[in-house]
Amino acid sequence: MTATSRNIGSTLLDVRNITLRFGGVKALTDISLAVREHEICSIIGPNGAGKSSMLNVINGVYHPQEGQITYRGVPRRRMKAHEAARQGIARTFQNIALFKGMSVLDNLMTGRNLMMKTSFIQQALRWGAAEREELEHREKVERIIDFLEIQSVRKTPVGRLPYGLQKRVELGRALAAEPSLLLLDEPMAGMNLEEKEDMCRFVLDVNDEFGTTIVLIEHDMGVVMDISDHVVVLDYGKKIGDGAPGEVRNNPEVIAAYLGTSH
Amino acid sequence: MIYRESGQFKTSYRADQAIFPIPQDRYALFALLAFAFIAVPLGANDYWLGSILIPFLILSLAALGLNILTGYCGQLSLGSAAFMAVGAYAAYNFQLRLPELPLLLDFLLAGLVAAAVGIVFGVPSLRIKGFYLAVATLAAQFFIEWALTKFGWFSNHSASGVISPQPMTILGYTLTTQADKYLLVLGIVSVLALLAKNLVRSATGRAWMAVRDMDVAAEVIGIRILHTKLLAFAVSSFYCGVAGALWAFAYLGTVDAQAFDLNRSFQILFMVIIGGVGSILGSFLGAAFIVLLPILLNLLGHLFGGAVRQDVLSNLELITFGALIIFFLIVEPHGLARLWQITKEKLRLWPFPH
Repeated sequence: MTATSRNIGSTLLDVRNITLRFGGVKALTDISLAVREHEICSIIGPNGAGKSSMLNVINGVYHPQEGQITYRGVPRRRMKAHEAARQGIARTFQNIALFKGMSVLDNLMTGRNLMMKTSFIQQALRWGAAEREELEHREKVERIIDFLEIQSVRKTPVGRLPYGLQKRVELGRALAAEPSLLLLDEPMAGMNLEEKEDMCRFVLDVNDEFGTTIVLIEHDMGVVMDISDHVVVLDYGKKIGDGAPGEVRNNPEVIAAYLGTSH
Repeated sequence: MIYRESGQFKTSYRADQAIFPIPQDRYALFALLAFAFIAVPLGANDYWLGSILIPFLILSLAALGLNILTGYCGQLSLGSAAFMAVGAYAAYNFQLRLPELPLLLDFLLAGLVAAAVGIVFGVPSLRIKGFYLAVATLAAQFFIEWALTKFGWFSNHSASGVISPQPMTILGYTLTTQADKYLLVLGIVSVLALLAKNLVRSATGRAWMAVRDMDVAAEVIGIRILHTKLLAFAVSSFYCGVAGALWAFAYLGTVDAQAFDLNRSFQILFMVIIGGVGSILGSFLGAAFIVLLPILLNLLGHLFGGAVRQDVLSNLELITFGALIIFFLIVEPHGLARLWQITKEKLRLWPFPH
């Protein structure tokens, strides 16, 4: 599949000169990167390179000291996480962050909470608009359940599901919000080959069917090189590579970061 | 076998999302409500109505309120009794100072006043969690108890700080008998329980549970944490406030701030823990356990304990009660509601193992 056939558009997310410090520690130093619409962008790098911090900056969990983020042409310096959600940025977490006590269905429904407009009083009475809204959203969520093939566990509390399925439910919860930008933090960590293949298929299908732009962090180089349109390499909080998978693979700095250099 | 649901297929999401998706459950609830609304007031004597069932229902309502806050939103609170006191004193003052208001509106307004106070004492929850928050809510408990005793205005300057509400009148009909009061309490509790159930299975309830289970993830999917927590404090305090108003008006009739002391808060918290954290049914089961079991033990003691001395007997009752609490918590730490749920799941298959 070539990039043009998937209709990759203009820049959706433009990150400029981001610096993030925790006290004296610089987690990110002067990082710039651009993600275009409908593309799959991978962020890779050794442990502690600042990949997760980068995602946390993009969706407003961390507030960078310097730099600017432009999302859909709107520049911003800092933003609260729930405002980022409102703008259409959804994410999954490296360590599963599902709502353990709730069923799969409720977890996915929570992903759509932002779109629910009725007041809590209407919901308490569950009359007219509140019930209609609930049923409408249920229908949308059921489509995602079908898409992810988790019909059989929809009423199961997520705490009781095996790890691979939990990862899938978390993807589902992010998808339920109908995001335009989806941030995936190691969606395939700790999975066996079959589960990885499933997850890759879901990621590609999401990108293809819904046109969702995806930024993902992944350690499996095979996966990264296969599915990405664009790869960004971080090391010690600095960007050391940026480009198509083929270019990045041959970049001497990237090879040095991964394999070490002789001094 | 007994509890068969094979052949029951749901063909719409509406049917799937009903409170009781299984018809047997629905019929059982209707039967229970019919029994409670019709048979009990006709059959039970004043002692049962006035001294057992009314306090049981009112405490269930308070436990329901605390369960919304602690069970669903995950915010531990030791101030439930204080919010009950706010409700009781507010309803008393509305009745006293604005006598033209109808009684049910007094209760509603009392609940809203308690909700407002609850919001104020809920603000620290943004910064502190768990046991630390519980200690912070103790401030509500002590401050409100003190304020209601200290400022005479709240009790209309009665010398002893005691409030005695007027008899309850609804649409010109004065509720005098215990059966009347019981029906009023039962009606209010039933309606509020239904509203609570609707709330916890809606977007609001999901937001509460999301904050309880993983607050960072909740924020990332667009839930406003402070707003969600304060709404839980408000709704919870509303329920406790209405319960407090009923405690003063329908149960005790004459009440002072000491009726809503820390012990009461603990009692309500125990109801929630034993009944089931995060369960509407659990609030009722917990209240039943705490209120009804000692009475049952007392009856049993008198039936079988003829040979035992009275003081030994009452101590034996306490010992048995404590042992039963420990027993149930070991058998099922998630409370009686969970036990009931497991029983139902087992009954679906019984007598077959799978």
